[in-house]
Amino acid sequence: MNIVVCIKQVPDSAAKVVAEGGKANWGEAPLVMNPWDEYAVETALLQQEQHGGQVTAISVGGPAATEALKSALAMGCSQAYLVSDPALSSADSQAIAHVLAGAIRKIAEVDLAVFGKQAIDSDMGVTAPQTARVLGWPVISLVSAVREIDTGKGNIVVERSVEDGRQIVEGRLPVVITVSKDIAEPRYPSFMGIRKAAKAEIPVWTLADLEVATPTPVVHWPEVENPPSQAISTEMISGEDPQEIADTLVDRILNEKVF
Amino acid sequence: MSGKILVFIDQSKGQAIPASWELIGAAKVLEESFSGGIAAVVAGENSKEVAKAAFKYGAGEVYYCDDPALTEYRPEPYTDLVVKAARELEPELILFPTTTRGRELAAMAALDLKSGIMPDVIKLEIQDGRLIATRPVYAGKLLAKTYCDSSPQIISARSRAFTAPEMDDSKDGEPIRVAIEYSEDNIRTKVTGYSQAEVGVSLMDANVIVSGGRGVSNNPSLSPPGEMDDKQAEIWRAQQGFAMLEELAKVLGGALGASRAAVDAGYIPYEHQVGQTGKVVSPDLYIACGISGAIQHQAGMRTSKMIVAINKDPDAPIFKLARFGVVGDVYEIVPALTESFRKKLA
Repeated sequence: MNIVVCIKQVPDSAAKVVAEGGKANWGEAPLVMNPWDEYAVETALLQQEQHGGQVTAISVGGPAATEALKSALAMGCSQAYLVSDPALSSADSQAIAHVLAGAIRKIAEVDLAVFGKQAIDSDMGVTAPQTARVLGWPVISLVSAVREIDTGKGNIVVERSVEDGRQIVEGRLPVVITVSKDIAEPRYPSFMGIRKAAKAEIPVWTLADLEVATPTPVVHWPEVENPPSQAISTEMISGEDPQEIADTLVDRILNEKVF
Repeated sequence: MSGKILVFIDQSKGQAIPASWELIGAAKVLEESFSGGIAAVVAGENSKEVAKAAFKYGAGEVYYCDDPALTEYRPEPYTDLVVKAARELEPELILFPTTTRGRELAAMAALDLKSGIMPDVIKLEIQDGRLIATRPVYAGKLLAKTYCDSSPQIISARSRAFTAPEMDDSKDGEPIRVAIEYSEDNIRTKVTGYSQAEVGVSLMDANVIVSGGRGVSNNPSLSPPGEMDDKQAEIWRAQQGFAMLEELAKVLGGALGASRAAVDAGYIPYEHQVGQTGKVVSPDLYIACGISGAIQHQAGMRTSKMIVAINKDPDAPIFKLARFGVVGDVYEIVPALTESFRKKLA
């Protein structure tokens, strides 16, 4: 089976991010593979172990994003490609979807494209369904378990979560899926994997390589700002015994009439 | 901007998701700038009843489609319906709730309509004749101001960020049935099973959330039954602890949340996780029990109107966000709190 996993490089989730001059600044915090994408890589590798074939990791970003792709290689992905092009500096999600679809087409004969739920920097959560739409493939999002893939029949059966419950969805390959956190715990890179990743040369594709036209972004992000600081004056509640503390606390909460 | 606003009413099993009505509230605020009126579209089995309710919340025209292809939710036929409605009604703005369904439909419709999506928006305002959508990024550590310079502008709005209009029973209208032409052969997915989630208040819609962290497993006075190893005993203790928190949540008509540490330790299912890699919530009251308040957890709850923290450690970072704090044992304070709320809310 030919699997593609799409990943993004983001600032570490523990980073203290502040707005400076309308831009996000995460200081010295490391750039890592988007945490949600680790679940996507794990899902792809589990399917490869069961059905054979290869897992290709792709990312769109600057040259530094090769580090995220190396993490994917260290986990066990067979190969990785970076799509990097100065024309993508102000790309919106629609543009990224066209680029990823172009990369998936170039890899060719892909059965399954796996995405994380969303990137923890832009928090958009739309790249997978938009990429699926460009490709003309169905999308099944927030998959919590892959029940079965029958490569002979070209079928996939998964469980997915929506707000009100869980659906079992059967789809015909090729499909795009996004995975949720309860699908499987991502593996740590192996020593072999880390060695292989360190030596790997990651090919870079431009828009021309993908035969994708330079996109015109329609959604613009002129600036980011710090959220209004809430001046919170914390009041500590104490008392003789738990019941007294609780009674005081309840009175104080009800007094402020927030709910 | 003179066009229509089209609102997608998300419903499940004949019940509208509350955030859908909030969209009509958001649309009404913008009505001066978008003068073409508010249209609504609803899809699925029994959607006619939900469509009728949309008039009572203030929609001027309402369309519904109860084609069997839409009975179980699948993104492709749902997107086709929304796109068809958009092509016929030519709205300048389409609003979706940021539910699982709403977000992906908005994304796919944006692609089909050759426009752009701004998901999970918390604020809409007109500046210099342009609609500016504010959306949290970096899990709410920052706010991004965004706009879309093509039409229709497509937005999904975060639950509880906008206020639903009061329902007006005097308003009525006849929703218009829309047909889609679909053969199952053209839809490459089938829903072959469905199980309803455990009944309870959804974290996203809850006014009150009671959340527990790792600290919830530290009740030494509970003795686990039978032969349990240390790990099983720890999980058993934590589950008793979460049952205690759930009791408090029930008294407050709220939902049960958890920190990542509690979820990762296996105390409670992932559905309950609040934080950067869980749900981002914004209730009126958030009671954090035995949660120290890692930055990733803060990212998921810091916009709550009032935060109350109960923790043994007086230096826990969560206290910095809290309006009220109690340094104490969750196992002593929470049952007393439940009792007290029960009495005072009765």
